[in-house]
Amino acid sequence: MTVVVAIPGVHSAAPASEAGPAPKRIVVAYGFWIFLLSDIVMFAVLFASYAVLVQATAGGPKGMQLFNQRTVAIETACLLFSSYTCGLMLLAVNSRRRAGMYLAALLTFALGGAFLALELREFADMIARGAGPQRSAFLSAFFTLVGCHGLHVTAGLIWLTVMMAQVAIKGFQPRVERRLLCFSLFWHALDIIWVWLFTFVYLMGVRA
Amino acid sequence: MNILGKLSWSAIPFDQPIIMAATAFMALGIGSILAWITVKGYWPYLWREWLTSVDHKRIGVMYMVLALLMLLRGFADAIMMRAQTAVAAGGEQGYLPPEHFNQIFSAHGTIMIFFVAMPLVIGLMNFAVPLQLGIRDVAFPTLNSVSLWLTASGILLTNVSLVVGEFAKTGWVAYPPLSELEFSPGVGVDYYLWSLQISGIGTLLTGINFVTTILKMRAPGMGYMRMPVFCWTALAANLMIVAAFPVLTATFAMLLLDRYLGFHFFTVDAGGNPMMYVNLFWVWGHPEVYILVLPAFGVFSEVTATFSGKPLFGYRSMVAATMAICVISFLVWLHHFFTMGASAGVNAFFGVMSMIIAVPTGVKIFNWLFTMYGGRVRFEVPILWTIGFMVTFVLGGLTGVLLAVPPVDFQVHNSQFLVAHFHHVIIPGVVFGAFAGYYYWFPKAFGFRLDERWGKASFWCWFIGFHLAFMPLYAVGLMGMTRRMQHYDNPEWQPWLLVAAGGAVVILAGIACQIVQLVVSVRARRQLRDVTGDPWNGRTLEWSTPSPPPAWNFAVLPHVTGIDAYWHTKQRRRASQPPQPQPREYEPIDLPKNSPTGFITAFFAVVTGFALIWHIWWIAGLGVLGAFVTLLVFAFRRDEEFEVPATEIARFNRTHMAGVAP
Repeated sequence: MTVVVAIPGVHSAAPASEAGPAPKRIVVAYGFWIFLLSDIVMFAVLFASYAVLVQATAGGPKGMQLFNQRTVAIETACLLFSSYTCGLMLLAVNSRRRAGMYLAALLTFALGGAFLALELREFADMIARGAGPQRSAFLSAFFTLVGCHGLHVTAGLIWLTVMMAQVAIKGFQPRVERRLLCFSLFWHALDIIWVWLFTFVYLMGVRA
Repeated sequence: MNILGKLSWSAIPFDQPIIMAATAFMALGIGSILAWITVKGYWPYLWREWLTSVDHKRIGVMYMVLALLMLLRGFADAIMMRAQTAVAAGGEQGYLPPEHFNQIFSAHGTIMIFFVAMPLVIGLMNFAVPLQLGIRDVAFPTLNSVSLWLTASGILLTNVSLVVGEFAKTGWVAYPPLSELEFSPGVGVDYYLWSLQISGIGTLLTGINFVTTILKMRAPGMGYMRMPVFCWTALAANLMIVAAFPVLTATFAMLLLDRYLGFHFFTVDAGGNPMMYVNLFWVWGHPEVYILVLPAFGVFSEVTATFSGKPLFGYRSMVAATMAICVISFLVWLHHFFTMGASAGVNAFFGVMSMIIAVPTGVKIFNWLFTMYGGRVRFEVPILWTIGFMVTFVLGGLTGVLLAVPPVDFQVHNSQFLVAHFHHVIIPGVVFGAFAGYYYWFPKAFGFRLDERWGKASFWCWFIGFHLAFMPLYAVGLMGMTRRMQHYDNPEWQPWLLVAAGGAVVILAGIACQIVQLVVSVRARRQLRDVTGDPWNGRTLEWSTPSPPPAWNFAVLPHVTGIDAYWHTKQRRRASQPPQPQPREYEPIDLPKNSPTGFITAFFAVVTGFALIWHIWWIAGLGVLGAFVTLLVFAFRRDEEFEVPATEIARFNRTHMAGVAP
């Protein structure tokens, strides 16, 4: 075995895996990616349960009778557009434009809030028609899957509010910037999950 | 409407002498410890240095303390069950009524898996992984403290169920429909679910923390194929935590929705599907087995190489085997319920996968044997646990291959044969591994060794006691005894169960030896003191720093040039090559500040969990609010790090590095 004497500070020939501890920004974002992966695994379980129970309507209403394509299309538009404004927010953060950041955050919040309001109206409507989660296993799975995404959006809105307060009080510290980066990862991940939800629950649900 | 939900004085079982005596015993124990701390005035020290610590070494030690305490609780359950089955034959009913017996076997399984085995392996990983990687802490130190305290919250809630209310009577797996509100209307299942949800979040956060640490924070020069095998197994275990624990969280959330809000996921009416729970539970459950056993395999690898004085045989095949197990463990879950009635094709697939996963495990066994072959094996306590593991685990694994054959499984499903099998792999695999690691790293953590004589006595008691306690269960299992029986009519089983009870007593002697060992070692710590920091002639970086290591672990981050980094440093020195240049001037080091965030979050988690169990909605709301405010305070705190001045590092090294190799 050859013994290589390492000279501190000289790593030019060494592979990336031998570069030593990564900078804080990388570590934080990486850790948050791992968290998002675990969150997606959780959603995968809810999707799988929905797939198992989608036919178990116990004589109650099916998705075809319940889902309103138009509302869902508007919801989807809101959420996808809020991801765009969230991206603008991060650009404003990177170029230190505070006013632009607040504006983009406000738009993001408003669009996320509109999405939530529409979703809650849809839920209330279904419950009023006797199609609440207690009606059948299908509806239990539907409300849990869609509601879990809605809870994530709610958490995202709270997080966004806290972050704006942090920028206002602390300014663009590295710590605050890292958190904003994580928030934007989170917000985009919710979009990805919604695209799946839209496809598997709503589009496939209205097929005869 | 009652302001305290379902909670009232009738929740405390004053009429049950066994429970009340156990409660009094526990209250006395905890009370006297708290009183002792108060009288000695240790609270400020304890709060400052331990409870709010974000140092991975101290968090590791606290995990081990929790695990060893809960081992006593879980073992008390075990020996009560063995005493019951030793006497409750024929017309005899024994001393435990069925209601109580059911709670005991449920609590035993839950505690041993979640609150003994998990904290043992997580504790060892916390202590050793950053040291082995040559770094100063994990990626997210405060999050690490939150993980610890959430685990402690789950433990506390489970133990509260002993006094206030009841624990689940459903077995540790809590299968519906039995665990649904209709058939388990009490709070037992709710205690089970909320304890495990809270501690499960802690475990998930640990997984995220360690995956990030191992993949992003290794010392300069430590490429993947230079990591100690324990770090590889920790990486595999934490990847599996990240992939498997969300499944458990979602599954329990569905059962909670069924129980609290009348949903129909797993009910027998309105289209619910109880077998979906069983599938999901084991999608988590089988990887969990490997989450527990892989880090133990890592300990065995370190111990075998160190005490044989040789590099580990087949390092690359060890890594490959570990990662193969990491993947295949997600493809075998159905072997826990071949009797579900899936088609022959499905059962065959999972049977074959279950046999395939035995192959990488076999590779590991051969690697350890070849590491010892031709080495000068020093028969110290850690290698005794390792050899004991190997001879025992091979047989336990073989009975597992038997169970992987679906037609055989149909005969012995849910029998005592199964109980014997999984104890036969988990006790040698996980518990022996954790004890080997405990003995191996104890001098690193505290600066003195554990007493060897008592250690050997404890090993032999455990080893012999284990075989006495569990081999008879194979026999009664084949004779037709199912698991979880409070009494039985077949007198032919009784002699076997008497032997098993005797085995439990021998294990008790082993535990007693361990307690004595700890007391004796603490009292004789001056004679057992280790000033070298390297009492075993170790191979990996944790032995290159003083014992106990300073808060910053390494004054200068080591530069790694190969596997067994510290061993090669020592070899170079012996060959009188100039050692790596040690700077006279040290750089100041930034360390994370201690934080009560974890402790306070856990306090609110306990409050919320308890309130939810008893349907006290307003307190639950306050608890969630409290946890949120704690998080806000943490997010807005001003500075998160403090600087250790270079002079302090230099002073520490002058006084502590005398015996340590440069």
